[in-house]
Amino acid sequence: MQYSVSDFLTDIVQNSIEAEASVITVDYIEEFPMLNIMVGDNGKGMDEETLAKAKDPFFTDGEKHKNRKVGLGIPFLIQAVEAAGGEFDIKSDVEMGTAIEFSFNLENVDCPTEGDLASAFRSLLLFSGDYEILINRIKNGKSYRVTKSELKEALGDLESADSLNLAKAYFESHENELSGKGE
Amino acid sequence: MPKLTLDDLRKLREEKKHEIEKRETEGKDIEIVIGMGTCGIAAGAKDSLEAFLKEIDKQKLKNVIVRQTGCMGYCSNEPTVEIKMADMPATIYGNVNADVASKIVTDHIMNKKLVSDHVFDKPSVDIIKK
Repeated sequence: MQYSVSDFLTDIVQNSIEAEASVITVDYIEEFPMLNIMVGDNGKGMDEETLAKAKDPFFTDGEKHKNRKVGLGIPFLIQAVEAAGGEFDIKSDVEMGTAIEFSFNLENVDCPTEGDLASAFRSLLLFSGDYEILINRIKNGKSYRVTKSELKEALGDLESADSLNLAKAYFESHENELSGKGE
Repeated sequence: MPKLTLDDLRKLREEKKHEIEKRETEGKDIEIVIGMGTCGIAAGAKDSLEAFLKEIDKQKLKNVIVRQTGCMGYCSNEPTVEIKMADMPATIYGNVNADVASKIVTDHIMNKKLVSDHVFDKPSVDIIKK
């Protein structure tokens, strides 16, 4: 079970990377009391039958863990969303990609904590492979957006401790500003 | 903290430029791979990652790269971390909390001494790239 919304986000983006996406978009939009998150990718996608099964905890393609008979990422997300007065939707096309949209009601007592968003956003940049990711963040009318390639260009790399610490500071400073904690 | 722009990041990075140049001549020959699947995160891999970055910064190590991967197949021993470097066997450590992470940096990476209590076996075949 995931502890925070950040963890769900990381997990879903990791699915996109495992689906061999080269471009991933993340919209993380807070309009109190609703939190809407959309993750879109141009990965290998799923046909209708597989898509239906992806919501079944006892289905897995078996590629990642040969002896494991469960696939819990999406089912856990659906369960958490439903428990917290939110919605879940997934659309997919073979060879086109997958789009997942989910929401939480932040006022709902069963809504998971958002977690450390700055760390989570940074984590989205660090999976292995050559992919682009666009993070679009909106909170109560204020916003920022940044891509992995922009950060990589500014920092020179995204694998040294210096760069990773600066990348987190970047997200933290932007999150602080959105929360009115900046300056 | 004032809002950092991409330009600020460039400047901050520029300030460390001589260090970067040094790193480029030395080569980035130490690799830390942290398992950040659901199981890893549930077991505290985010804290371990933070601890690695903090210790590398504190020890001013410049030739280390940090990557994350999905589940390594050792869910019961998460957080798991693989260290690859010259003069040491490629090693997977299990149950790497923040304290163990700092110890891996000082013992394994800096002093080339295994952190024996946390050494785990060889990598799971399903994470090895074909």
